[in-house]
Amino acid sequence: MEQLAVNNLSLVLAFALVLVAVFVSSKEKLGLSKDILYGIVRAVIQLSIIGYVLTYIFQLNNLVLTSAMSLFIVVNASWNAYKRNPSTQKNYWHSFSAIFISTYITLGILVLSGAIRFIPSQIVPISGMIASNSMVAIGLCYRSLNKQFHDQRQQVLEKLALGATIKLASLPILRESIKTGMQPTIDSAKTVGLVSLPGMMSGLMFAGVDPLHAIKYQIMVTFMLLSTTSLGSIIAGYHAYKNYFNHDLQLLDEEETE
Amino acid sequence: MPILTLENVSFESKQQKIIKNIDLSVEEGAFLTLTGPSGSGKSTLLKLIASLITPTDGKILFENQFQSSFQLTDYRQQVSYCFQQPALFGATVKDNLVFPFLVRDEEFNQEMVQEHLELVDLPTSFLDKKITEISGGEKQRVALIRNILFLPKILLLDEVTSGLDEKSKEIVLELIRLIHTKGVTVLKVTHDEIEIQEAEHIITIVKGEILNGTAGGE
Ligand SMILES: Nc1ncnc2c1ncn2[C@@H]1O[C@H](COP(=O)(O)OP(=O)(O)O)[C@@H](O)[C@H]1O
Ligand SMILES: [Mg+2]
Repeated sequence: MEQLAVNNLSLVLAFALVLVAVFVSSKEKLGLSKDILYGIVRAVIQLSIIGYVLTYIFQLNNLVLTSAMSLFIVVNASWNAYKRNPSTQKNYWHSFSAIFISTYITLGILVLSGAIRFIPSQIVPISGMIASNSMVAIGLCYRSLNKQFHDQRQQVLEKLALGATIKLASLPILRESIKTGMQPTIDSAKTVGLVSLPGMMSGLMFAGVDPLHAIKYQIMVTFMLLSTTSLGSIIAGYHAYKNYFNHDLQLLDEEETE
Repeated sequence: MPILTLENVSFESKQQKIIKNIDLSVEEGAFLTLTGPSGSGKSTLLKLIASLITPTDGKILFENQFQSSFQLTDYRQQVSYCFQQPALFGATVKDNLVFPFLVRDEEFNQEMVQEHLELVDLPTSFLDKKITEISGGEKQRVALIRNILFLPKILLLDEVTSGLDEKSKEIVLELIRLIHTKGVTVLKVTHDEIEIQEAEHIITIVKGEILNGTAGGE
């Protein structure tokens, strides 16, 4: 870890970088100076708090506390995914079950395979990575569902009129939405290492781990994100399409869902 | 025995009463022609009968059983509604004609579909046509085949001839006649002068109410 040279003094000096942004904002009259400073203050406070909390959790190395911290991340990620659903019929528990299941199946496989150990310094950051990617995928899946139920309203109605179940009537929409949720992960899997060096790998190399070792972790991350976003999108999608119908297998009016 | 009975059926949406206390009894094998001004509630009435919307008041009975007591997917296969200006779905005509088989968990029967395409004067090659590349009249014919590939007990037709060219209109009307002779009860909404003149039983709907009292069917 000797190569890591971020100390308090260098951080204060690096604050000059923020001033660059503030300078650009005021020079170009972007009106962002206040926003930038507010954002910086929040980031510093939030990160300081989480730094202390994590230090405490890492030192304690307690099974219950580690699990609670991981669950806290999942609950928050679920809340954010839920908020991204444009439908008014949305249900928090759909998002929660999707993120909970996708996160812990992935995490479980990682722990059981020995790729990571059940210690807070590994479980907490990996939970965060998995849950946040699941959250993004689910949010995309929700938006795609909503857009397609709007665009393909007449087609869904025709299928229902022909006696289709709501699932059969929604199937192409559901498939497309699940695809939409997974697509960014698949796309970035294709370009990883060529266009960007992802955070996990960069961080390890930054901390002095040799690249050949760092890529192994990155490969693991790619695997786990594929698993999580696919599970998350599927579970969320298969719950959420039902929001667009009532008990009489009728498609709800648009005012009722938007 | 009436195949369909409406008892005091009303439908209200956004504080607006679109269908007002309609009583109607339709005998099995009847051919009813519904007409009335635009916006009077004809489509709404057919959608109520098709269970695509639920009455806010009153009861609908099919073969003497409450509509609500049926498995609605089965019900809609028996009481089949054809939309005014259907959109078709999927990519090709075939996607649309496979669908009635999918709904019933049955294997696609190419021969059966070919026979039906012939009935509406379309070649078999039509199956591979993109739905974006066919005319309104052809769309309406394909849509109608979806409804009758497996004969329903009641066929609900919502202005299926409006806006069609003469040729398509004649083909569609001929098909409807054929379906009726096979014992299917038909309820047809139309504005067409000639169709109304030739109709046996006409029901006029104005402002959500049945105007004339001849609503008896056969
Ligand atoms: N889902 C709906 N919500 C609210 N109003 C509707 C709805 N569907 C139709 N209407 C209104 O109900 C009235 C009857 O419509 P409709 O049944 O389509 O008439 P028609 O088929 O006789 O032209 C119209 O005033 C229409 O604006
Ligand atoms: Mg109408």
